[in-house]
Amino acid sequence: MQTGDLSIILPEIVLAVFAMAGLIAGAYGGRDRLGPAMIWTTSALLAVLAAWIGLQGEGTATAFGGMFTDDAFARFAKVTILLSAAAVLLMGEGYMARSNLIRFEYPLLIALAAVGMMVMVSASDLMALYMGLELQSLSLYVVAALRRDSVRSTEAGLKYFVLGALSSGLLLFGASLVYGFAGTTGFAGIFEAVQGRAPVGLLIGLSLVIAGLAFKVSAAPFHMWTPDVYEGAPTPVTAFFATAPKIAAMALLARVVYGAFGGIVGDWQQILAALSVASMFLGAVAAIGQRNIKRLMAYSSIAHMGFALMGLTAGTAAGVEAMLIYLVIYVTMNVGTFAFILSMERDGAPVVEISALSLYSRRSPTRALAMLVLLFSLAGVPPLVGFFAKYSVLLAAVDAGLAWLAVLGVIASVIGAFYYIRIVYIMYFGDEESELDAGGSTVLAGFLVASAAMMLVGLWNLAGIEGPAAAAAATLVR
Amino acid sequence: MIGLEHYLIVAAALFVTGIFGIFLNRKNVIILLMSIELMLLSVNINLVAFSAYQGNLTGQVFTLFVLTVAAAEAAIGLAILVCFFRNRGTIDVEDVNVMKG
Repeated sequence: MQTGDLSIILPEIVLAVFAMAGLIAGAYGGRDRLGPAMIWTTSALLAVLAAWIGLQGEGTATAFGGMFTDDAFARFAKVTILLSAAAVLLMGEGYMARSNLIRFEYPLLIALAAVGMMVMVSASDLMALYMGLELQSLSLYVVAALRRDSVRSTEAGLKYFVLGALSSGLLLFGASLVYGFAGTTGFAGIFEAVQGRAPVGLLIGLSLVIAGLAFKVSAAPFHMWTPDVYEGAPTPVTAFFATAPKIAAMALLARVVYGAFGGIVGDWQQILAALSVASMFLGAVAAIGQRNIKRLMAYSSIAHMGFALMGLTAGTAAGVEAMLIYLVIYVTMNVGTFAFILSMERDGAPVVEISALSLYSRRSPTRALAMLVLLFSLAGVPPLVGFFAKYSVLLAAVDAGLAWLAVLGVIASVIGAFYYIRIVYIMYFGDEESELDAGGSTVLAGFLVASAAMMLVGLWNLAGIEGPAAAAAATLVR
Repeated sequence: MIGLEHYLIVAAALFVTGIFGIFLNRKNVIILLMSIELMLLSVNINLVAFSAYQGNLTGQVFTLFVLTVAAAEAAIGLAILVCFFRNRGTIDVEDVNVMKG
């Protein structure tokens, strides 16, 4: 019994033990001299774990009295989380070394956050949910304030901490009400207790849980922390915030609403639809005036989370599948975009102003072209993969009888296309010659070009993610 | 006789006090940390009251986890606050404003 439980969470245990051993090695051994080696090791371990989980057999297993579920949905989310975390760690190494930020704690905190995220997507009990969420959040508060000597970075950490703790409080209060009215904290038990009609107290609990999770996915109107944290945190950390935690929180939200509250779809559908519309429009409109590309990416991620929420709102297996596909494509695009942002430098110092990109295409045609592909894909321009991501969630919404939501989504995506295409305009038809350095690390260029290439190669069968995503969605929606 | 609803009312009042403490407080970040703690403790009252009412132990186990995490959260919050104070020289809420938003 116990050994069976442990073998189910073995990947999490391996990563957690690695992080703790790394902390001891760092504290007693080489300190920050170990930094680069630690980044490479952690990144390799994350990739190995992703392969391990991805190649694991099929089927569903539960551990610890139903607290922890290992099913196709969890495995799909875990592989995406681990691969994106590994990619972001590798991309950030050069930047961290140049800005004298290469501390051995950084990769280990990312590893601990990854453990938290793996627990989140596997959680099938409110307690496991809370522990996973807090392990992830507490690690992220610290990495946001990683640059200890900068006002901006520590302010980002402080804002993230206060609003993150507030959201945890909301989520917990909701969880306590759900426990009180359903009589259990297990998702399976709640699912049985809540069929068709739910008491008012439980609905209040559900709303508070969704509000708490909406903070974590930065859906409007709970997005206030996102632009400031994205701007203040060091760029590799921002790249991390924009990828793995978003998938984890979104997958957790899907697991809560389908796994525990699948019997009252009509009740949470309205809340999620409102969050989705607010996020899409706020992300599209507020990004227009931004001059800082990191702030722009923050609003862009808010808008993208609105679209992913639309897939969740549909309340069908097709909707969850569309959401998972959307998240994978979103993460691929963001890895490439942040590889570009990380390579924006003038005389070796990082630059974040969009205006600095003017006529960048003359300096570095290949990078500008790759960025063009990614920006068009982010905007959802038809021949690229980003379009099919949006198309699949819109289709799921229409099929579920939410045509009005799909129409609003199309309008928001047209508004949002403006600011992506403005960057392309500045890169190709700007006023003055760009002063950015043309060279740059080959790692970043590799990620940028690979990610842009995926936007074209993926057109062929969406690179085969459709099958696993459908299997994942089928295990979740009963 | 004190019943379940009395406990729930006290917990809800404390929770709302905590939320208002975060949004209305314009003076000091330490008060924000106190408000957060108040919110988490009101959740604990809720959980223990429900646990006693239903006669199962799940809520009390949950409370222990919440208490542990709250301690870790306070430690990390204070650590970040100390770093912020070293850079900015103040911990007034109004001065946490280098970035707009």
